[in-house]
Amino acid sequence: MQFGIFSVGDVTPDPTTGRAPTEHERIKAMVAIANKAEEAGLDVFATGEHHNPPFVPSSPTTMLGHIAAITERLILSTATTLITTNDPVKIAEDYAMLQHLADGRVDLIMGRGNTGPVYPWFGKDIRDGIALAVENYHLLHRLWREDVVDWEGKHRTPLQSFTSTPRPLDGVPPFVWHGSIRSPEIAEQAAYYGDGFFANNIFWPKEHYQRLIGLYRQRFEHYGHGSADQAIVGLGGQVFMRRNSQDAVKEFRPYFDNAPVYGHGPSLEEFMAETPLTVGSPEQVIERTLRFREHFGDYQRQLFLVDHAGLPLETVLEQIEILGEEVVPVLRKEFQIGRPAHVPDAPTHASLRAAAEKAVA
Amino acid sequence: MYDLAVVSAGLSRPSSTRMLADRLAAATADALGGQARVHAFDLRDHARALADNLVTGFPGGALREVLETVTGADGLIAVTPVFNASYSGLFKTFFDVVEPGALEGTPVLLGATGGTARHSLVIDMAMRPLMAYLRATAAPTGVYAASEDWGSGETGLAARIERAGGELAALVAARTPAARPDPYAEPVPFAELLGATGS
Repeated sequence: MQFGIFSVGDVTPDPTTGRAPTEHERIKAMVAIANKAEEAGLDVFATGEHHNPPFVPSSPTTMLGHIAAITERLILSTATTLITTNDPVKIAEDYAMLQHLADGRVDLIMGRGNTGPVYPWFGKDIRDGIALAVENYHLLHRLWREDVVDWEGKHRTPLQSFTSTPRPLDGVPPFVWHGSIRSPEIAEQAAYYGDGFFANNIFWPKEHYQRLIGLYRQRFEHYGHGSADQAIVGLGGQVFMRRNSQDAVKEFRPYFDNAPVYGHGPSLEEFMAETPLTVGSPEQVIERTLRFREHFGDYQRQLFLVDHAGLPLETVLEQIEILGEEVVPVLRKEFQIGRPAHVPDAPTHASLRAAAEKAVA
Repeated sequence: MYDLAVVSAGLSRPSSTRMLADRLAAATADALGGQARVHAFDLRDHARALADNLVTGFPGGALREVLETVTGADGLIAVTPVFNASYSGLFKTFFDVVEPGALEGTPVLLGATGGTARHSLVIDMAMRPLMAYLRATAAPTGVYAASEDWGSGETGLAARIERAGGELAALVAARTPAARPDPYAEPVPFAELLGATGS
């Protein structure tokens, strides 16, 4: 089981002081957060990709390449890579390069993006969202697996005798997850390829994500990649912790109330009841997170959102420390109990390379 | 047995909008020979949940049940007070959070209330286009009740209610509810998704 952090990379004023970090401060803060994640013994750092203010991470491989250089163990990922508006050829090149520089510590979560104007800004039509995700990923999948590609589709210029360089490290493409908030087509896509499926599990009630993950598991089996409970599932989650749960609620409330995504709507208490958000003691976070397994089955990756809505860097780093010291060690142990032996771990470069070598031998 | 959902956007208690909604529901149930279960909702009770839904993108607890009942009903009676020359914001907000396609083909009876008869075209000029957008099937007669209608037998309110109820009942009884395919139970196979891209 992998645990980690995913960041949207928003520049949001701290509602308690009114001060927003500069873009420079926020970018450096994301690096500090990734560094802290490794230091605290977490496994994954994933950055969002956005092409409009107030978000800073428009260039994920630049950031992840830098983080790769200052970390040793951390898996670098995305949440999400825009498979719709990016050129799949550039994704193939950029992430293969990153994979080499990071010695294989790279995977990606594909997403369609939810900012309407990004499509026309990049010359696309949002009504083609699903078709773009399907066509672009199909090309990307080939570019990483076939040395020379002839290709023609609807959404980019055709390719003749094209070789994407560098080739993936050890001939093993980065593992890919597909993320979706509400599209069964994307669960179907993930299942078809035997890729992972990531449910952001933040904004909506669990019933919604249960349907998507249920579909993905069932179709994973249908396409012959293993049994439904062997499908590779990742979940998001959102937490804020203090030793006493009342302190956590008191400190987090202004950030919740003013949060760009859901602020000025339901109360913190209502939102906690309806969604997986947990604000409380580390014990409460452990208890709530363990329940994810009951809702979604044994899964492979848990990412937490801890750095949004204007929370100061110092506070975020404390949250990661608490995760590393008090929460994740318990979760690792508890999730192992009763986990069937045939449920795999999340694929890594090492495991994929071993599988490829075994297949050849 | 048919399920009739009633959505009333009246704000006062008691509400003449709800009163009209109840009369329309009773007339429809009568015309269906009593073979109807009526599920009536005052949107006022869900005003905050509706605003929350706009902000968060999902309906909270009780509102979720209202939406499920309304979108699953065999017929819908939708009644709003007239505010500033149109349906009320609360009424529109409710239909704004209905999932796309969820009312496709649903027979709907429209009603509106106001202080005077001057606003009666709101049904045809504002509510009917909304229902057309949602691809719901609106009964030809919409019922507008002005304050004076409640005090006089001569304005024909009772007759309009009866005619409208009869029309909705006929639409409900004639309709074979379209099977809405469940994309989670029967996903579009990937070969079809990929085939559509031409790559």
